[in-house]
Amino acid sequence: MIKVQLKKNLHGSSGKIELDVDIEIKKKEFLAISGVSGSGKTTLLRILAGLEDAGGEINVFGDSWLSSKEKLPTQDRGIGFVFQDYALFANMSVEKNLLYVKKDKTLANHLLELTGLSELKNRMPNTLSGGQKQRVSLCRALMNKPKILLMDEPLSALDPAMRIKLQQDILTLHKEFETTTIMVSHDPSEIYRLASRMITLNDGKIIQDSTPKELLLQTKGSQKFTFGGELLDIIKADVIFIAVVAIGQQIVEVVLDANEAKIFKIGERVNVSTKAFSPTLSKIKKES
Amino acid sequence: MSELDFTPFLLSFKLAAVTTIILFIIAVPVSWWLSQTKNRFKPMIEAIVSLPIVLPPSVIGFYVLFALSQNSPIGAFFQETFGVRLVFNFTGLVVASCFYSFPFMVQPLQSGFESINKNMLEASYIAGKNKMTTVLNVALPNMKPAVITAIIITFAHTVGEFGVVLMVGGSIPGETKVASVAIYEFVEIMDYESAHIYSGLMLGMSFLVLLGVYIFNQRHKRKLGVHI
Repeated sequence: MIKVQLKKNLHGSSGKIELDVDIEIKKKEFLAISGVSGSGKTTLLRILAGLEDAGGEINVFGDSWLSSKEKLPTQDRGIGFVFQDYALFANMSVEKNLLYVKKDKTLANHLLELTGLSELKNRMPNTLSGGQKQRVSLCRALMNKPKILLMDEPLSALDPAMRIKLQQDILTLHKEFETTTIMVSHDPSEIYRLASRMITLNDGKIIQDSTPKELLLQTKGSQKFTFGGELLDIIKADVIFIAVVAIGQQIVEVVLDANEAKIFKIGERVNVSTKAFSPTLSKIKKES
Repeated sequence: MSELDFTPFLLSFKLAAVTTIILFIIAVPVSWWLSQTKNRFKPMIEAIVSLPIVLPPSVIGFYVLFALSQNSPIGAFFQETFGVRLVFNFTGLVVASCFYSFPFMVQPLQSGFESINKNMLEASYIAGKNKMTTVLNVALPNMKPAVITAIIITFAHTVGEFGVVLMVGGSIPGETKVASVAIYEFVEIMDYESAHIYSGLMLGMSFLVLLGVYIFNQRHKRKLGVHI
């Protein structure tokens, strides 16, 4: 069990905030931390890594990492950390990046094979694509078989196809190395796919703590499906009104009557849902 | 004109080489500390380090002479304990040059350390490496242009010093009479021909050294910019 109880004053997006977190994390859990920027997600991760100071206690499987008396240096924590910007050692080849952490060639080769990087082991980081770099960074983070793997928005700089490939790699490695993984992420599909538990931070406090399914699936009661979106416009068309809503990358129209049109304000967050019909799925035809 | 004596040049280069090596060893930890610290006294330390850039060399020379002479506690200590005299000899020149050229080593190294991606250093700490290993294996190899610049500029600047050397070393042939002092003396005795040859050599060598630094830095930048 990992017990974390922290307090730290931060300069958040809305001025000064206090990071005040009290959480227990089970072994082998995959915890996703979500929340708006400036809510303290990255700071929490960096405190766990020992890269930033804070008041409170951290106890990891019986070892004290932080207490009122002392702070265990980053070097002695035996963690893995994946940075958003990869942070590979630019002066070392892919293989040497891994061996720098631990001189274990068998493990390095195994990791490179698992992530399909064996062919690239003699390449320098600057000659790799973003996805390749992040896979190297992931392998490097696992070289000392960390008890805790920390990831700070590891996939946010990558394109969607590459994200899916790397999500698979992350899941494979999380299972194989039996790490406890803590990942900061904004992407609901990524959290849903990877995490077994999810917390949401707001102004330094945990405001939600549950399974991704519970928190991300927004369909309630008899609703068949629900999409969250932003109301872009309300257009009057004869006697009815048409609301234009942006859902993710899609723009849809929903018919409103005059009374409903008065309730909503342009720019509001709204849910688009239906009760009466069963939604059907159909394949999207690819243009030949 | 008498046979041209190259001893002052050899002495200049020996002094510059010794000074550069000593300063590199001292300046790496100092510039690393300056690049990483959030200490509120940092501006004060930076100002002290940079003082030799603005002070007249005669002022530095005067203080060094004052501090290291046998009448001062430091000079007396070295004389009594190690039997080493710190002024009017080569050792004294090295000590004075180290003060004089210190900022020229520290400043490029400091900006080099500051340009290193902080996450890269943190990744090294997370890998369990201490600061010294991180500096030697991650920071320095990723700032080669800064290292080369610091070394070459310090070397060249020490070769080019005059005032400090004259104050602290005098002009003892083969011991403290470096090239710049020799040129001064040629002019004083109106041996313009020798002065021209020595000056021309200094000019040519200084230009070549600087050209070398800039070519290296340009190539290095190009190398880093290549993406396959």
